[in-house]
Amino acid sequence: MSDQKKYKLPFIVLVATLIVCFFGNISLGSVSIPVSEIAKSLTGFSDNYIVLHYRLPKAFTAILVGSGLGISGLLMQTLFRNPLAGPFVLGISSGASLGVAILILGAGISGSALAALLISKWSLVLAASIGSFLVLLAVLVVSTKVRDTMAILIIGLMFGSITSAVVSVLSYFSSAQKLQQYIFWGFGSLGNLSWNELFIFTLIYAFGLVLSIASIKALNTLLLGENYAKSLGLNISQSRFIIIIATSLLAGTITAFAGPIAFIGLAIPHMVRQLFITSNHKILLPAVFLMGAIVMLICDSIAQLPTSDYTLPINAITSLIGAPVVIWLLVRKRKMLF
Amino acid sequence: MTKTAQHTVLKTENLTIGYALKKQQTVIASNINITLKQGELIGLVGANGIGKSTLLRTLTKVQQPLNGAVVINGVSLAETSYLELSKSLSVVLTEQPASKNLTVFELVALGRQPYTNWVGNLSNNDISIVEKALLQTNIQPLKNKKCYELSDGQLQKVMIARALAQDTNLIILDEPTTHLDMYHKAYILKLLKKLSKETGKTILFSSHEINLAIQLCDKMIVMSHSQVISNTPCNLISKGVFNELFPEDMIAFDEKTGSFRVKQ
Repeated sequence: MSDQKKYKLPFIVLVATLIVCFFGNISLGSVSIPVSEIAKSLTGFSDNYIVLHYRLPKAFTAILVGSGLGISGLLMQTLFRNPLAGPFVLGISSGASLGVAILILGAGISGSALAALLISKWSLVLAASIGSFLVLLAVLVVSTKVRDTMAILIIGLMFGSITSAVVSVLSYFSSAQKLQQYIFWGFGSLGNLSWNELFIFTLIYAFGLVLSIASIKALNTLLLGENYAKSLGLNISQSRFIIIIATSLLAGTITAFAGPIAFIGLAIPHMVRQLFITSNHKILLPAVFLMGAIVMLICDSIAQLPTSDYTLPINAITSLIGAPVVIWLLVRKRKMLF
Repeated sequence: MTKTAQHTVLKTENLTIGYALKKQQTVIASNINITLKQGELIGLVGANGIGKSTLLRTLTKVQQPLNGAVVINGVSLAETSYLELSKSLSVVLTEQPASKNLTVFELVALGRQPYTNWVGNLSNNDISIVEKALLQTNIQPLKNKKCYELSDGQLQKVMIARALAQDTNLIILDEPTTHLDMYHKAYILKLLKKLSKETGKTILFSSHEINLAIQLCDKMIVMSHSQVISNTPCNLISKGVFNELFPEDMIAFDEKTGSFRVKQ
């Protein structure tokens, strides 16, 4: 079909850019490593510790985080027919924050001697997962009772407000040191994931991705609105459930492993819509995957401040780089496509 | 008498429509017995708030009847799944599509969803059906335009083309002529007339354009406070049904011209 020809070139460009960004990301860092050494490490002729156990897992994490957040943003924008929706509208991020806040701040308040021991990498991931899962469960239970999709959006936002309030209360009673620890988690981080952690991350991510791909037809039908979709034989409540589960698996695990990463989920689908000028999810989904991964790799490369010893919070970079790009695209096209 | 041999597409049996909230029932209209045959163009008219939309919502399985049954192509609605129903009934609603960032072709092609595979790929057969629908509604030149570029009249034709592409023998339209100017109101209704004759589809629409409907429809369903009655426009006029449609202080039905006149 002419469709596939029309989008072939942009896809080739995106894939090529992704490959370049991937290798660029691995080549850049605080420690300057010659390209030949990196090539040797990647092909197995040398085992440079930094490349194999720090930069490579970090680059993979960036790809998973960027593409996953982009896709869950796309799902939420179509489901809620709202261009401002993102992966965190269902309260996933605030749920994760609550879990982590209770772990770090709550443990500090209770003054437990064990507290310091408790706060390991895995316990953070676990607390974030449990937190976002519980908030999501609450939203899902309510959503089975509510027919209106817009109401679910509001309910998600309300749960978000409640959890943020609890986090505020906890912060108020916490020591400066604990607070700092919590804020550092909130900056987001793509690094320090071991290969084992990355494996589990990828597993859950893949499950969410498969559900997203399975929803492509339903998402396209939903472009007509729920009533039309129903008249086309779509099982709305079932599709809605699958889309919400897919989003929570993607956004939930990403938040658990990398912290609440702002902006990507909201912005990437808009960037792709502006570039591809279509709302067909068969095109959008793979394009969002590639674009999300590319943008995240670039943001991470910048956050590393190559050749310097500093690493900036990834959360700040995604907004600093991403927001102007979206503004520029919208001003240039003068139209909010959806 | 070829008319009686025509296949019955939609039939209601002692249908009562309305809303059930907990144990309290609000009956909007009862004892509705209508029969729609193949290739007919049927206009549903009645005053604002009389329950036209409730009737259409009940006929399209958006809400449940309080009593009685709706039978489409010989199968009761209650026993039809939404997917099965989508192959025998397509709709044009008053609401606009949620996203207008679709080309006309893409939007019309969404009408093929009940027939396509899990990812929604169009077969050659699907494409030719979509092309035919574009041709039948005279919107082929708009094929590659985005829906946000279209006028209201053009968009309405696109939504009708989408319903055609769904390849059902019954199309139900909820007020397809609202927001259109006089020319386009006539244009859309004449188009529906042409489609019902050319394709043999049964087309039911609700409208406030009683004057146009009287001229174009094979049959009309008139909803008033006392009854729901369906017959040919001529018979309805001679029975004086239209006189009871509205309070008589403002407008009156003139039987000679078959239209409403403002009282001087």
